[in-house]
Amino acid sequence: MSTAAAEVNDVNSIPLDEMNVSNPALFQQNVIEPYFDRLRAEDPVHYCPDSAYGPYWSVTRYKDIMEVDINHKVFSSKSSLGGITIADPKDRGPGNDFELPMFIAMDPPKHDEQRKVVSPIVGPGNLAKMEDTIRERAGEILDSLPVGEDIDWVDLVSIELTTMTLATLFDFPWEDRRKLTRWSDVATATPESGIVESWDQRREELFECANYFKTLWDERINAEPKNDLISMMAHSPATRDMPYMEFLGNLVLLIVGGNDTTRNSISGAVLALNENPDEYQKLIDDPSLMPSMISEVIRWQTPLAHMRRTAVADYELGGKQIKSGDKVIMWYLSGNRDDTEIDRPYDFIIDRENPRKHLAFGFGIHRCVGNRLAEQQLRIIWEEIMKRFSRVEVVGEPERVFSNFVRGYKTLPVRLHPKT
Amino acid sequence: MPEVIFKQPDGTTNVVEADLGSNLREAAVQNDVPGIDGDCGGACACATCHVYVTPEWIGKTGTVEPDSMEESLLQFADDCRDNSRLGCQVEVTEALDGIVVEVPLGQH
Repeated sequence: MSTAAAEVNDVNSIPLDEMNVSNPALFQQNVIEPYFDRLRAEDPVHYCPDSAYGPYWSVTRYKDIMEVDINHKVFSSKSSLGGITIADPKDRGPGNDFELPMFIAMDPPKHDEQRKVVSPIVGPGNLAKMEDTIRERAGEILDSLPVGEDIDWVDLVSIELTTMTLATLFDFPWEDRRKLTRWSDVATATPESGIVESWDQRREELFECANYFKTLWDERINAEPKNDLISMMAHSPATRDMPYMEFLGNLVLLIVGGNDTTRNSISGAVLALNENPDEYQKLIDDPSLMPSMISEVIRWQTPLAHMRRTAVADYELGGKQIKSGDKVIMWYLSGNRDDTEIDRPYDFIIDRENPRKHLAFGFGIHRCVGNRLAEQQLRIIWEEIMKRFSRVEVVGEPERVFSNFVRGYKTLPVRLHPKT
Repeated sequence: MPEVIFKQPDGTTNVVEADLGSNLREAAVQNDVPGIDGDCGGACACATCHVYVTPEWIGKTGTVEPDSMEESLLQFADDCRDNSRLGCQVEVTEALDGIVVEVPLGQH
C-alpha cells in the first residue's frame, strides 16, 4: 500500500501536460489507476504530446469511450493506420515493422465479411454444444490439483482451461496445444516484457506459428468443411484467399482473443474473491449470483486495458479538437472505474444492480466476438471449483504482466482447501 | 400504457406494460424479461436486445434502416432474419399496443 500511496502523491505533482499513462511499468506495478482517476477528474480527453509511442489522446470517461467505440466511421481500426493498440508497427524497427491485418484491425466492409465467417463458432448454438466438454475438462483439471500445497493457479488452471478450449475451436493437435499459449504471449510481447528477448525473436516465433497453421490449413482446405475455425476460414469465400500476413494476423487475433483475456479473468476472479471474502460468502449463500459475479469479475479485471483507434476526420470530443490522423486510446480500464456511470467502481460487488454494464468487451462493431464463451468458461470453472473446494486461498503476491494492453498475471500462488 | 408481448423460444410469454416513448429494450429490461440483456444501456452499441418482430406487426415497427448502426450490429447477431430488430431502436407508441415480438435462442 505504501508504494501505491507514494505514487498517488507523484501523480498529483505531475504537470497535466506531462501525464503519460502509457508506461507499461505502471500497469505491471498495478499503480496506474490513480493516474486515470486524475485524468477523468481534470482532463478526461487528454493529449500526451510525447511518449514512447509518439503523441496520443487518452479517452478516460465511460461515455466518451462509448462515443469513440461506436463511431467507426471517424475512428478507424485499420492496421495500415496503426491498428488497435497504442504501439505502432514502426516502433519495432526495420525488419520487424510489418503490420498484421486481422479483422479486428479492419474497417467495414472487409471487417464485416471476415467477422461473419468466425462468428457462428462462438454463437449460442455452438456454445451449448461445448458446455459439457468444457465442464468435463474443468473437472479433470481441478481434480488433478494437489490440495494444501502452494501451486501456481495461472499455469495449472487459467492457462490450461483456456488453452484446451482454444485447441478445441481450432481442432488443434492436442499434444501441441501449449504452443497456442506461447504464441498468444509472444504476439503481444515486447523485448522489455521478458517473454521474448528481441523483436527478431518475436517475428521468428510468429512465423513458426503461421507455418504450423499453414500445414493444418492445407489439410483442411482439401477436406470436407468441418466445424472448426481453420476449416471454416479455409472454406469461406471471405477468408480462403487471404494473403499470408492476413492469415497470420487473423490467427493471432483468434489466439490472443481466445486465450489471454479469459485466462486473466479466471485468475482475476480468484484474486477478487480473496480480497473480498464477504462477496465470496454471498456467492456460497446464493449460487444464482454466479452470472452476475462473472460480469463483475470481467469489469473488475478488464483484461484488455485499452483499444486504439486512428481518427480519419476532425472530431470534437469532450470539448477537445481531435485532428484527422491522431492516435486515440480508449482506456477501458479507466472507463470501468468511472463513478459517474458505475456506482462504487472500485468495489467488487457481485450482486450489482447492473453488472453487465461495463466496457471490457468494447462496444460497436468490434465488440468482443467471443464474449459469451468467455463468460461460459468463467462460470463453469467456478461452478466446478465450488463443488470441490471451500476456498482457493491466495498465498502470495501475483506477478503481473508488463503491458499497457494485456492486463493480466504471470503467476498467482494459491493453496486449495477441500470442502468439508 | 401499451402492452408488449415477448414470446420466448420455449413458447412461454411475458406480457409487460411499456411507457409511451420508451422502447422495446427498456420494456424488457425493466420487467426482467429473460433473454434480453441490453448490455450497452440502449445506445445501439452491442446487439444484445435482438428481437424478431412478428410478421403482422412489422408494418408498424418498420424494418431496419439500410446503412444504419442497427444494421451494422445486427449482421453479427446470431440467426439474424428479415424481421430482426434491436429492441432499443423500436420506440413504443400507441400503435404498438399489443405487439408480439419473439426473443431469440440466445444473444450473441
